[in-house]
Amino acid sequence: MKVVLQNLTKKFPNRNKKAGGEVVAVDDFSFEIPDGKLVGLLGPSGCGKSTTLFMICGLQKPTSGKIFFGEDDVTDLPPENRGVGVVFQNYALYPHLTVKQNITFPLENLKGADKLTKQEMSDKAYEAARLVQIEELMDRKPNELSGGQQQRVAIARAMVKMPKVLLLDEPLSNLDARLRLQTREEIRRIQRETGITTVFVTHDQEEAMSISDVIVVMKDGEVQQIGKPQDVYDDPVNLFVAKFLGTPPINLFDGTVRDQTLYIGEDAVLPAPGVADQEVDVGIRPEGFLLGDDGALCCALTGVEVMGRDISVVSTHEHAQSKTIRSIINAENKVDADAQKVRFSLKPNKVLLFEKQTGKRLCLQ
Amino acid sequence: MERNKAKGWLYLLPAILFLGFFMVYPLIDVFVYSFEEGYNFASQTYQGTGIYNFSYVLHDTYFLQAVKNTFLMVVITVPLSTGIALLISVGLSSIKPLRRLFQTVYFLPYVTNTLAVGLVFMILFKKTEYSDGLVNLLIHWFGGESVDFITGPYWAKMFVLCFYIIWVVMPFKILLLTSALLSVNQSYYNAAKVDGTSGARIFRKITLPMISPTIFYLVITGFIGAFKEYSDAVALFGTDLNAAGMNTIVGYVYDMLYGDSGGYPSYASAAAILLFIIVLTITCINLLVSKKHTTYV
Repeated sequence: MKVVLQNLTKKFPNRNKKAGGEVVAVDDFSFEIPDGKLVGLLGPSGCGKSTTLFMICGLQKPTSGKIFFGEDDVTDLPPENRGVGVVFQNYALYPHLTVKQNITFPLENLKGADKLTKQEMSDKAYEAARLVQIEELMDRKPNELSGGQQQRVAIARAMVKMPKVLLLDEPLSNLDARLRLQTREEIRRIQRETGITTVFVTHDQEEAMSISDVIVVMKDGEVQQIGKPQDVYDDPVNLFVAKFLGTPPINLFDGTVRDQTLYIGEDAVLPAPGVADQEVDVGIRPEGFLLGDDGALCCALTGVEVMGRDISVVSTHEHAQSKTIRSIINAENKVDADAQKVRFSLKPNKVLLFEKQTGKRLCLQ
Repeated sequence: MERNKAKGWLYLLPAILFLGFFMVYPLIDVFVYSFEEGYNFASQTYQGTGIYNFSYVLHDTYFLQAVKNTFLMVVITVPLSTGIALLISVGLSSIKPLRRLFQTVYFLPYVTNTLAVGLVFMILFKKTEYSDGLVNLLIHWFGGESVDFITGPYWAKMFVLCFYIIWVVMPFKILLLTSALLSVNQSYYNAAKVDGTSGARIFRKITLPMISPTIFYLVITGFIGAFKEYSDAVALFGTDLNAAGMNTIVGYVYDMLYGDSGGYPSYASAAAILLFIIVLTITCINLLVSKKHTTYV
């Protein structure tokens, strides 16, 4: 089932009544979520991603705009008639019910012709439990489960009615690092197995990049960029997106373009064809540095961190916008940790230029 | 380790001394009194020991009346006050504007003096030479016969007493229940809503279990409080409760000690011990029942 968001806008009355006015949580959001895909809504907290999710599931009504599931306009439908399954950030498992009772809870609400017998409910609950591999936990109470297990129960409960769309709100934020890795693969597997159109919200770019088919980067209620994770990473439309994606984060420098050439300080580091002369923000991905004695960029070396496959070279530069520059280099290169200076040449496709004022990407020709 | 232990006891000492002198010692003393027959305060003498005091109290019609009154009151006021408080709290927590105002209004009886409230109830219910009371006026309005609530038939007096008690104990219950309701995480309701759960089912299957600890706390303390009822009856019917036929167990104990027919510490002690046994039994039953039906999260 594809989901179409059309000019979706949500305004809240300002919480500070004296200031008055409205806060725009989501601003004119249009997007088509293709059938059977896993979409990650990504952005810093307060960017409107959860609000968007709640509008899709029907817990919040958009101020304007429309939502379609397939060809049906569901904008005015209450959540229960939309056929959505939701996994809440804190899982919202009913603490007084067992895992099985939690999973069957949505089924017990069915009325009329859809009403199920006890046996059918039980069968469906076990089917959902099998999907997330928690069959042996059915008689436990939620507080007897680990965070990861609770997460699975929440997913099972969301899936038991076979929803058309599965929505997950910060599904991994309550888990520790190791479980997070496991669970995100789990979510990916479940989504693949069932083919359910899935939207999940996260502020963790790594999480979003690693499992999404498509990511939507949001900021202050506005969509910044939509695309495949790799495309968005390689080709960000503005400085915000470039900064938000990638660990370690992109390194930023103050630069100047003169005569189709990019300068950082007085060093001409790269040709910049097609860019008018101006001051620019230069973003260099950590993997965009190459060691070389004749490299154009000269930095003061502060440390070398060995990580096995890679080494991470930490250095400083007077025109860098952050205290340190972090570059990731293949471990086959040897770096003398006692050296004062280190010289880098740059991979052109890993160097991104942005307009100083607007933060817009300047594309090289 | 030893030093720490000594320190611990030192810190506990004030509380232990206080509780020992004013709670434990009197309790034991009452227990002793209750078996001493014909104890005399002035001479501090008694005639013998045995269970005569209990037998006397249990055969005293005033005591039996007091027990009947107390039980009736407990059975009526505890469920009703808790139920109504729950209704009002649910109402309060589902409105947004004016919630504060209503919360304050409902809490007012709690900070109002019992005797002052008693006076107001007199005006509402009492029949005098000049007026029949506000409630009787209303009854007249609807074409009913006027009833003497304060000195009239037993059921009318019991009605006023229960009405009064419910009104007095409600604010505290509303206060606790509203905060319990508000502390239920909104995401449970969101989850239930997404699954299409009806309002009644949400209340029964989610809200009630989530606030069950508070409810059972209120029921248990409600039972204990109602069994110890005395001052409210005095506020309505005056100090001679035996004459009014509205005495309570605690009232009986008081009368036996200091009332017009008082001066019998042995009987008073026996009655007090009986009350203690009743309250203990009921509380244990309550705890057993609550264990089955309460979820502590």
